[in-house]
Formats: sequence, structure tokens, C-alpha cells
Amino acid sequence: MAKKFKCNICGQTFEADSMPDKCPICMADSSNIEEVVEASAENKPAKKKGLDTNSNVYTIVYAAVMVIIVAFLLAFVSSSLKDIQEANVLRDTKNQILLSLNIEGLEGQAIDDKYAEVITSEKELNGNKYYMANVDGAVKYVFPVKGRGLWGGLWGYLSVDEDMLHTFGAYFGHESETAGLGARINERWFQQQFTGAPIFDAEGNIALTVVKAGAKSADYEIDGVTGATLTSNGVAAMVNGGLNVFGDIIKVAPCASAPEAEVEEVAAECADSLQAEVENN
Amino acid sequence: MSKLFSKESPLVSPLNLNNPVAVQVLGICSALAVTSQLEPAIVMGLSVTVITAFSNVIISLLRKTIPNRIRIIVQLVVVATLVTIVSQVLKAFAYDVSVQLSVYVGLIITNCILMGRLEAFAMQNGPWESCLDGIGNGLGYALILVIVGFVRELFGFGTLLGFEVLPSSWYVTNGMMVMPAMSLIIVGCVIWAHRAINGEEKK
Repeated sequence: MAKKFKCNICGQTFEADSMPDKCPICMADSSNIEEVVEASAENKPAKKKGLDTNSNVYTIVYAAVMVIIVAFLLAFVSSSLKDIQEANVLRDTKNQILLSLNIEGLEGQAIDDKYAEVITSEKELNGNKYYMANVDGAVKYVFPVKGRGLWGGLWGYLSVDEDMLHTFGAYFGHESETAGLGARINERWFQQQFTGAPIFDAEGNIALTVVKAGAKSADYEIDGVTGATLTSNGVAAMVNGGLNVFGDIIKVAPCASAPEAEVEEVAAECADSLQAEVENN
Repeated sequence: MSKLFSKESPLVSPLNLNNPVAVQVLGICSALAVTSQLEPAIVMGLSVTVITAFSNVIISLLRKTIPNRIRIIVQLVVVATLVTIVSQVLKAFAYDVSVQLSVYVGLIITNCILMGRLEAFAMQNGPWESCLDGIGNGLGYALILVIVGFVRELFGFGTLLGFEVLPSSWYVTNGMMVMPAMSLIIVGCVIWAHRAINGEEKK
């Protein structure tokens, strides 16, 4: 069988039965001639041993199988863990409501028990749910609030004293605020600033808000988180907007138009009359 | 065993001589996002270590079957699936941890260190080496994150892991440190120091 040879001097290839003495084209010495190993003849049998991983069919089948396996895997994990996850979420929600009432440090079953003990009823106003609570004999309202932060949604629970003049506590959660900055609204030191903060300004408007850290100039302004101005603004809008959603409960018309000195009294009256109304319902 | 801890082993070299952040300059984006305090930096570093190790092993086992043209997609799918499953399991059995980690899940999937190691190492090496490589690179990444987080929290908030270290009575917190740009400057300083010590030309 003829073999292929290549001359390194002239670069030509030629066929011969065995290594020639000289290159037939340029007559160079045989030391400059190399035998050319047929790549295809050598490698083809080796390739047939395994699958050709570069063929289109293989690629498509591989992708399809991978997607199906992954889809089944994820669906299986998701559905088999769903019940436990939902129970966790529910318990976490209860814990958040309790945190807004400044009841801390509970875990597991204790949360369910305490929740059942403290929350006396769930009510609705214009389709918005809120909760009535009884903390050590004092009636509190818990209002869920929702808003937008810098990257995603914010939510929270604001608890308010029965007379509707001050907040009793707060809890805030976030979907994806920046860790170490906006995410700090989730920390208790921030939320505890809402304990005992007045809701109304001197004109009787719902004024509770969050301002830049250190820029606090009135009692109803809460210090924001340093370096997270946009998230803090989101909390401010959420708190203020959320309280306005429940404005029918928190303040009734006379409160807003009341003269300065009487604000507290009037607001208290409003709350009383409303409380009576709520109870009658 | 001595080979395992030698300077060139896949486990040790990423910690210093071949650090993914300081030398390869990978994973800068997440170094920026989670280092304003020490705790998230540690959590993120450990999560990346675990995920890099596991995805490296999986890709390394699959490496001979993966079609060349869609290998990046396959790698991405493996990483994303792994992260999603881990986060689902955590959600069911360690809810508190999962709430803490929720922010990082997206950051882990898109972390360039993961893709870089899968592509550069796991595709060519066996599962055991790949596992070591994953752990080594994850820890190398965590190391830089912890350094940056340490500096930023100390000077930005005067605290470490939430505990007050520099008393607020005389230390005025440096708001600059809290800004994201500062993390890049600190990473830059770390790279500078790293090169000054190890000598840039040795490569």
C-alpha cells in the first residue's frame, strides 16, 4: 500500500511504497522527508467508539433530555416541599404581625399559640384586611401596608394604639433590597423607632413619615437608613399611603379640619366614634 | 496529602496566588453588592463556596458528554437548577436562613466565578480535583469579600457583625464607606497590596 510522504523543503506531498532516498520533486535529502499519517484513517475508528458529541442530533437530544430532567426535578422538589413551605410562610406572616406588636423572640409552635392568643379578629375595610389585637389588655389595630423599594416590593405591618394617635410598633419586610443598606429596614432598631410615634401633624393630617437619617425635625418623622435613601423613601410612601388606605378608620372628616389645639382631642373623639361603629358592626 | 496543601494544588492556589478576585478579577459585581457589612459578605462567600464545589463536581462528571456548542447553556442550567433546589429545600427546612439568602440566590447564579471555574477547570478535570478547585475558589472569593466587608462595616458603621467596635461617642461614621463605589476602591487596594507582595511578573 502506498504511503504518503511530505518533503519539508519544498512542501510537496507524494506517494511512495517506502521511504524514498530523495524527494522526487526537489531532490532534497531523505532526512527532510516525513511520513504523513492519515488523520482520517487513524481517528475514525476511535471516534466511533463514543458518540459524536458535536453532531446536531446529539446536541438537540442532549438539550431536550437535559431540559426534561431538570423540569421534572424542579417540579418534583417544588411540589413535594410546597406544603411545608406554605406552613412556614404562614407562620412567618404571623410572626411578622406579632413583631409589629413588639412581641419578639418566638419560634415554631409558640408563634401559632401566641398569635391565636393576641389577635382577636380579622376585619376588612374596602377589601383591605386588617387585624384587631389585644396586647396585655390594650386594644391595638394592625394595618398591613405595601409599597415599593429600590429594587422590589416592600411590605409591612403597622400597629396603632386604640386612640389612633400613635403607632405602637412596626414590622417591615422586603423582597430584594441591597444587603447591608436598604435591607436594614428589616432590622428591629429601625422598626422600633415606630413605637410611640405620632401619626398626625399639627393640622391633623396623617404625617407619619421617614426622613433622611439625622434630618429628623418633628416627632412624626422617623430616621431613615443611612445610605439607603431610596428604600427609606419607599418605606415613607408605604407607611403614609398605607395609613391613608385605612384613613376611614384612622381619621374621620372632622379631624382634618379641626383647629390646631384641638387636634388630639378631636382625633381621639373620631377614634372613639369609629371604634363604636366598628364594634356595632 | 502534602500535595493537597501545596502552593499549586487546586485547593490552596485560589486562596492566594491564583485568587479569583484579586488575580483573575472575577466576581467583582457581587463583591460590590453584599460587602457593606460583614455578615452578608460571609454568608455570600460560604454560599458561593458550596455551590461552586457542587456544580464543579456535577459538570466534571458530565464533561465528556456535554456537546461543545451548548456547553455554556448546560453549565448555566446546572448552576441554576442547583441553586433553585437548594433554596427550595432551605425554604422548607430552614426558613430563616432562606429568608436571609433570598437576595443572594440571583447573585450566585450569575456569579462569574462559577462559570469561570466550570469552563476553565471542571470541563477538563476529574470530579475530585474539581471539587477541591470549587472549594478553593469559593474560599478565595469569600476571603476578599470578608476583607472588604470588614473594612466597610468597621469604618462605615463603626460596628463588626453588628457589635459596636468604634464607639459612636467619638467616631463619626464614614458615609463614603457605605457607598457601593467604595467597595471597588477597596478591592482595588487589596489587588494592589496582593501584587506588591507577590510580585506581578512571576506569572
